[in-house]
Amino acid sequence: MGAIQKHGPWALVGALGAAALAVVATQRGEPINALWVVVAAVCVYLIAYRYYSLYIADNVMRLDPKRETPAHRHNDGLDYVPTNKSVLFGHHFAAIAGAGPLVGPVLAAQMGYLPGMLWILAGVVLAGAVQDFMILFISMRRDGRSLGELIRAELGVIPGVIALFGTFMIMVILLAVLAMVVVKALAESPWGTFTVGATIPIALLMGLYARYVRPGKVGEVSIIGFVLLMAAIVYGGQIAADPYWGPAFTFTGVQLTWMLIGYGFVASILPVWLLLAPRDYLSTFLKIGTIVGLAIGIVFVAPHMQMPAMTKFVDGTGPVWAGSLFPFLFITIACGAVSGFHALISSGTTPKLVDNELDTRFIGYGGMLMESFVAIMALVAACVIEPGIYFTMNSPGGLVGTTPESAAAAVTALGFPVGADVIAQTAKDVGEHSIISRTGGAPTLAVGMAHIISSAIGGKTMMAFWYHFAILFEALFILTAVDAGTRAGRFMLQDLLGLISPTFKDTASWGPSVVATALCVGAWGFFLHQGVTDPLGGIYTLWPLFGISNQMLAAVALTLATVVIFKMKRERYAFVTIIPTVWLCICTLTAGWQKIFSPDPKIGFLSHANRFSTAIAEGKVLAPAKSMDDMHKIVFNDRIDAALAVLFVGLVVAIVVFGVMACVKAYRADRWTALEADPKLAPAE
Amino acid sequence: MTSTAAPSQNFRDRLRAFNKCVCDGARLMVGQGDYGTYVAHIAKTHPDQTPMTEREFFRNRENARFGVGNTSGFRCC
Repeated sequence: MGAIQKHGPWALVGALGAAALAVVATQRGEPINALWVVVAAVCVYLIAYRYYSLYIADNVMRLDPKRETPAHRHNDGLDYVPTNKSVLFGHHFAAIAGAGPLVGPVLAAQMGYLPGMLWILAGVVLAGAVQDFMILFISMRRDGRSLGELIRAELGVIPGVIALFGTFMIMVILLAVLAMVVVKALAESPWGTFTVGATIPIALLMGLYARYVRPGKVGEVSIIGFVLLMAAIVYGGQIAADPYWGPAFTFTGVQLTWMLIGYGFVASILPVWLLLAPRDYLSTFLKIGTIVGLAIGIVFVAPHMQMPAMTKFVDGTGPVWAGSLFPFLFITIACGAVSGFHALISSGTTPKLVDNELDTRFIGYGGMLMESFVAIMALVAACVIEPGIYFTMNSPGGLVGTTPESAAAAVTALGFPVGADVIAQTAKDVGEHSIISRTGGAPTLAVGMAHIISSAIGGKTMMAFWYHFAILFEALFILTAVDAGTRAGRFMLQDLLGLISPTFKDTASWGPSVVATALCVGAWGFFLHQGVTDPLGGIYTLWPLFGISNQMLAAVALTLATVVIFKMKRERYAFVTIIPTVWLCICTLTAGWQKIFSPDPKIGFLSHANRFSTAIAEGKVLAPAKSMDDMHKIVFNDRIDAALAVLFVGLVVAIVVFGVMACVKAYRADRWTALEADPKLAPAE
Repeated sequence: MTSTAAPSQNFRDRLRAFNKCVCDGARLMVGQGDYGTYVAHIAKTHPDQTPMTEREFFRNRENARFGVGNTSGFRCC
């Protein structure tokens, strides 16, 4: 009787989830309702949270509600404060949620919604949420130390330095890719450029207000900022239509690239209160609000999935990104299923604020489930628009041309019939000149969101508003990430350079700061410029590299977790982290290998470089290059990308080797060798 | 959670608690902890010290969020 009461309701949830999954997986031909996808996902999350996270908490971690957390031990009212579980959940979720889970699933939709959905669900339950939860636990038991420090302490000094350097390189690629998403969304779009540009004076105004007029009134200043932002979106439509201002705000991708590089440099050396902090308020609150709005919109509108469950592009011939389902689907989805970056957050401020050890299950595992749900919603948003429109927006310009007629012909030839009039009408509906080859995921997501939200509020006349709202929302938090990331990257770089020349460690003096900032901006700016001028559309080349780097960081974090489990002498439960580590290594190493050595020039950087260098030797110019200079640039870029892939592969192999050695040593030891902070030591107060 | 007050009073208390939770959550999302908790902490453990003013506390948290060696303001995915 007890067992039925305890598990009965959960069995019903499981049955409902299984039924929903069955509907999603077996429906053929007829478009299914998106609610089936949502119901299936929510049921999977509930069951995984109730059983699997509890299993980990009880067996692997043995969470102890009586044990003192760092927040109590070091309570200073500032960095270490015991915090309400729900409040901390919000903080943690806001910190992990970003552009990644929104863009990845949109790109993955080229294979249909089913493969992406299945990986998002399986990945989060078995890998992503496990990683976040484990790292939060490990950091909490070690006074909230950072990932780099944890690796140094548990694996050794050399792995620590490797991980620090790897994190920096991964951050560079991430910033470049995110910035590219913004450039791709704003290029040739005066409405979008105006609204995103308007966020700079709005943020400055908010910064001055919060500094001098009403210090500390975050809510008040955010409301002022929000109202101004909405005004900027509405007014942006008129600006774009204006014969003088419209062209004045129309920029090419390359122009926007240089503007972003300049912006990144200036913004990251300005005082934080002036630009970064107020922008942070806007992007954080807008992000949470939009996610909630999108969830309500999907439930309320209950749209149908127009994209087939599986397209023929699972074989790797798709136009959006190259490579077959294995391993590239797992690389492309990145953050929604498992994200290495969360290891940085889970070992950042969150562990210093945990009130009770038991809360980490809700915050660490639960927070990542929520993030995964955002990815599911992004997938839904990409799949409710016409597949023809989806491929028109996401195919490289070389394939679809520039006119609605050429795009309609090319996409219809791909097997997704669409009329030129439909393409032109969609562009008109969202208030843009053209939607052809707007790669990068953000415009597609914006069209999907506009489609869903305008069905609920405002109808077709509001579609342009919602489209630009969605673009602004993504651009805003990507730009915040660019600011904050450049700043964080600069500190990391000063730390690394400080190993060579100690004067670099002085973060307060101007010289080293400017040099380190310039190096950091130069690094991501290089890849951004490369991506924007890439004739294949940038995303096609760089997104896989970003995915590989992010999944590799996850493999590194999970390796650390495995080592800690061995050191706690709980190796019989180590499968919890070994399975996802092995899977991530298989995916990323295969993908890395193919990106470097694949003989198919569409996938392999080196074979692509060879094809072009052979042509150079013969004195020929291959499309899409237009001159010999272009040819040399393509070859150079390919080799840089290949070198980067080699670096990432080397990095993860090195960490795994060190990890295995540490595990063997811990296994042979006859006692607990993990380095947890002593629970018995009372704080010195 | 047994309360002898009238049910409406109880409901209002809960609403107030919920409001505080939402506001605290929103502030912590942008790195601003609770000033009241900080003042109470200083009063309890360091009665000899003068706590920072609310304005100083705000600026201290702002700098801590994006300061040296802190990546907490950095988010991505």
